[in-house]
Amino acid sequence: MWVLLGVLAVVLGFALRLNPLLTVVIAALVTGLAALIAPGLTPVMLWHGAVDTLAVLGKAFKDNRYISVTWLILPLIGLLEREGLQERAKTLIQRLKSATTGRLLLIYMVIRQGTAALGLTSLGGHPQMVRPLIAPMAEAAAEAQDPNLSDQSRNRVKAFAAATDNIGLFFGEDIFIAIASILLIKGFLETNGIIVQPLHLSVWAIPTAIVALLVHGGRLMLLDRRLRKEAGL
Amino acid sequence: MIGLSVLYVVAGLMFALFAIGSATDRTNPRRWGNTAFWTLFAVSFLAGSWLPDVVNGLILVAMALVAGFNWMGRGQPAPQTDRAERAERWGDRLFVPALIPPIVTLAGTLWLKHVSIGGQPLVDPKQVTLISLGAGILLATATAMIMFRARPAVALSEGRRLMDSVGWAALLPQALAALGAVFAVAKVGDVIGGIATDWLPLDGPLASVCAYTLGMALFTMVMGNAFAAFPVMTAAIALPLIIGKHGGDPAIVCAIGMLSGFCGTLMTPMAANFNIVPAALLELPDRNGVIRAQIPTALILLIANTVLMYVLAFRF
Repeated sequence: MWVLLGVLAVVLGFALRLNPLLTVVIAALVTGLAALIAPGLTPVMLWHGAVDTLAVLGKAFKDNRYISVTWLILPLIGLLEREGLQERAKTLIQRLKSATTGRLLLIYMVIRQGTAALGLTSLGGHPQMVRPLIAPMAEAAAEAQDPNLSDQSRNRVKAFAAATDNIGLFFGEDIFIAIASILLIKGFLETNGIIVQPLHLSVWAIPTAIVALLVHGGRLMLLDRRLRKEAGL
Repeated sequence: MIGLSVLYVVAGLMFALFAIGSATDRTNPRRWGNTAFWTLFAVSFLAGSWLPDVVNGLILVAMALVAGFNWMGRGQPAPQTDRAERAERWGDRLFVPALIPPIVTLAGTLWLKHVSIGGQPLVDPKQVTLISLGAGILLATATAMIMFRARPAVALSEGRRLMDSVGWAALLPQALAALGAVFAVAKVGDVIGGIATDWLPLDGPLASVCAYTLGMALFTMVMGNAFAAFPVMTAAIALPLIIGKHGGDPAIVCAIGMLSGFCGTLMTPMAANFNIVPAALLELPDRNGVIRAQIPTALILLIANTVLMYVLAFRF
């Protein structure tokens, strides 16, 4: 039970708006030490426990370096922004008279979900697609409608651009048979003596995928209506 | 064989150059914090495999302290007013370098697996996608530098400008993965699974379905990762009750159970690379702005998943 102190540390850290990175490291140390709590615990044992926890943390930190390799894209994105990529993306949208924020994001969602369903999960993402292209395009569409777009609405449009990437990815990728989560489910069931085919799993991801498209697509249309209202149209 | 270690060296060098750039950036009032942070990151990438685990742990702690004491700042980029003009000049050619990484990733993922030299695979088969992505990024960066006649120093300072806008959040996904490992060793999941079965009413099929989908979402919010929640909640609720006692179809229950976990991912700051990092990248004033935009969709989808599981699992 004591290990739940680590979870509590996470919740408290986020609730008190402590720096999340610091929160995570504190939670890891609390969890490691809380796991030791038992009658007869000595300071020496506590010290060894702290060193062991640091080692587990350090090994996992090192083994997960691949997660941060994506940042290699930033010099490229920076160069392209310097030459006006965001402005060009905006021009592209302003030329399409019928483009609205909601419609644009809906099209992106369909593409993101469709490509993820084919296993092409790395064709989108926040550093490589949302920041340089999708968010500026969504902003430009909102500006075209309302030249006096408020900062609040501008930030909402950006947040929706990021959300659309996430939702399209999450509720598309499980339709692909070789994605990590499908393989995890298959492996887990297998160790429990249940054999399922990946295709059988991925088929049952389709109903939720359709609902996700309808629900989030509907919310994007509502976003359009809200922006229109604010523009006084 | 080309493995991830090659990418680690490239990333390590990039962060080392970011550190040097930060040290000489007089427009950043907290430049030494940035220098320390990116130096530590560079050391982790370049030497992490050879350092003892405890030292890697200390590197992470040190980076968290630099971030936690708010020692990181941002430099003022040189003012640049002719972006629209430049965009006009390049036209749609600007999109070419932006499209190289996805295309190379796709092509590499499909073909590199089959390339071998003297019976040895050219690229580590388990890491083909990431290595293709890395190769695509490098190729695109080289193309952009030639196209724009930009020196490597320009690419680096532009990259650092963006990196500074992300700041410590760049490390958060990796740190959360490390926290997940500590949780796993301390068996946090088993304790939470035990609480779920002890406290939730689980008699009928509907109650167990609700407990499972809701439990997946909540546990995913705590761990930041549906993959960590899935084995625990499925072993605690889905296998013995929905599948064992009530005869639900395992494929349907597990597929929809995982998607219920994804609803939790949309609602938690613990899923940093999906929720916190984009807020930093898009320079949103509210760190939780992306989560706020996602909560209504996530809640409706969680209800939809519960209904779908209940309607489908006992019928097929």
